[in-house]
Amino acid sequence: MSEIPADLKYTKSHEWVRTLSPSSLEIGITDHAQAALGDLVFVEIPEVGSQLTAGAACAVVESVKAASDIYSPVDGTVAAGNTGLANEPELLNREPYTAGWLIRIDVAAGQAPPLLSAAEYAAYLAESGE
Amino acid sequence: MPFIPHTPADVAAMLDVIGAPSIDDLFDEIPASLKVPALARVPPALSEMEIARLMSERAADDGRPLSFLGAGAYEHHIPAPVWALATRGEFYSAYTPYQAEASQGTLQVIYEYQSMMCALTGMEVSNASLYDGASALAEACLTAVRANRHSRSRRVLIPRTVNPTYVEVVRTIAGNQDIDLEMVDFDPQQGRTLTASLQRYAGQDFTALVVQQPNFFGCLEEVDELTDWARENNVFVIAVVNPISLALLKAPGQWGRVSGGKQGVDIVCGEGQPLGVPLSSGGPYFGFMTTRMQHVRQMPGRIVGRTLDAEGRPGFTLTLQAREQHIRRSKATSNICTNQGLTVTAATIYMSLLGASGLERVAAMSVQRTNELVAALTAVPGVRVVFSAPRFHEAVLALDRPVAPVLAALARRGILGGLDLSERYAELGHALLVNATETKTDADIGRFAAALADVQSVAAGARGAQMSRRAAPLTGGQ
Repeated sequence: MSEIPADLKYTKSHEWVRTLSPSSLEIGITDHAQAALGDLVFVEIPEVGSQLTAGAACAVVESVKAASDIYSPVDGTVAAGNTGLANEPELLNREPYTAGWLIRIDVAAGQAPPLLSAAEYAAYLAESGE
Repeated sequence: MPFIPHTPADVAAMLDVIGAPSIDDLFDEIPASLKVPALARVPPALSEMEIARLMSERAADDGRPLSFLGAGAYEHHIPAPVWALATRGEFYSAYTPYQAEASQGTLQVIYEYQSMMCALTGMEVSNASLYDGASALAEACLTAVRANRHSRSRRVLIPRTVNPTYVEVVRTIAGNQDIDLEMVDFDPQQGRTLTASLQRYAGQDFTALVVQQPNFFGCLEEVDELTDWARENNVFVIAVVNPISLALLKAPGQWGRVSGGKQGVDIVCGEGQPLGVPLSSGGPYFGFMTTRMQHVRQMPGRIVGRTLDAEGRPGFTLTLQAREQHIRRSKATSNICTNQGLTVTAATIYMSLLGASGLERVAAMSVQRTNELVAALTAVPGVRVVFSAPRFHEAVLALDRPVAPVLAALARRGILGGLDLSERYAELGHALLVNATETKTDADIGRFAAALADVQSVAAGARGAQMSRRAAPLTGGQ
């Protein structure tokens, strides 16, 4: 059973979302996602200042067997990227909810993205048999 | 003996199962206008004996001309062991094998090849090869678009001194992916691209600048200045190089000045044919590409790495496959995932046999022979050198009359006299691109010069007669 912190929001594409302020989010991949991908060896994160579109790919995480897109949950601008992952991609496996964060996003005004609560994400994982 | 595994009965049975009336119906979605009903000079099915005879006759039609034609493919001496080894059963395939790691010898050859190409170009990583030099440049442009994070324009600066057939291939491949090419003119006296001519693009968003060294005219570009200009403007540099020339010229990894701890170009690519691959009427050849480690995930194609197995023994393995199409599907870095394994094997053996000093001698002798050729040909009345820039092993000559009939007359004398540039570079007038490598002797060069003098004098007589009849202007183009 994977860890699903109660204070975060989630997407069906297995990103977690932490609200830092009313206009600022932090995202990463869930414990379930890192376990499914296996040992991660490379992370490609967007440049600070890049424009993001809700539902569009914004980063790539690569394991020895697959490369997967990470989707932005909102429209916005990249405020920061976790540059430490370049030399230590294994942080994504070890601490997916803390040191393994991917990017921080300045959210464009007026959005209420349809995110899942921890309980809803747990139910989604259970019902999709994952 | 038929080598087709399906009998007409097999085919009929299979068509019956899927409910298609004929094999042609399976290709229904291809518009009729794109289908070619018959190929000129390609006969219907022949027996093995008939086809062997036809092909020998066709091959004999080529003759064995004395070739001074370069323009991207060059005749070099290939030591006999190169193809004796490359065609051994263990190597004799164009592909990286399935279950690649089961073929450690094949992977080791590719690993050695990659190491040699990195050393030759002064870069950090090489792929296992691409189809040819032209498609390698197209892939290099796509790589630059993915890797240059300072640029969003998808615009590439290409000097007109880059091989024009390469530019056509780039247009075909990259042009359909929203990449715009901006052609940069050359200096008509020097025959190379002036950094000053790039100044009008300063401050604009360009993804990459292509620099061919030596350029299509055989002239040496001022690569340091061009590279520095590109760096200052956040433009990637894609070097297109002749690998033989790198035995004498500065490696692209060292072009330009050191700034911010970095030096040199971003991507190097080119045609590998000069390294032990025969001209073979145009192919198969192979393309190469090397780059910096920071761009390795944006580089297309296979990469072989060295590693340790579970018991700690060294071995070779395909690496970074997660970005390739059999795993990433439509999001793969590139749809190229094969390579020219057989010609690469030959090139690896060629480079191993010659070593750095051997390659240097090949390059130096080619330069010397070309200088001798230029001296001999420009002694013929009406022939002069067009450009003033220093050259490698190729030169543009101007004739005092249209080139095509001269080349045709030389061909009748068994000489391939070079490439007529007048169609692609009309402003150069009656321009002829010639090359000589270490394979040409004093006698060969003398024979070409004598034949050219002969052709020029005969043609001059005929032309003179025609001129007086028609009173056509002397300087008129074709």
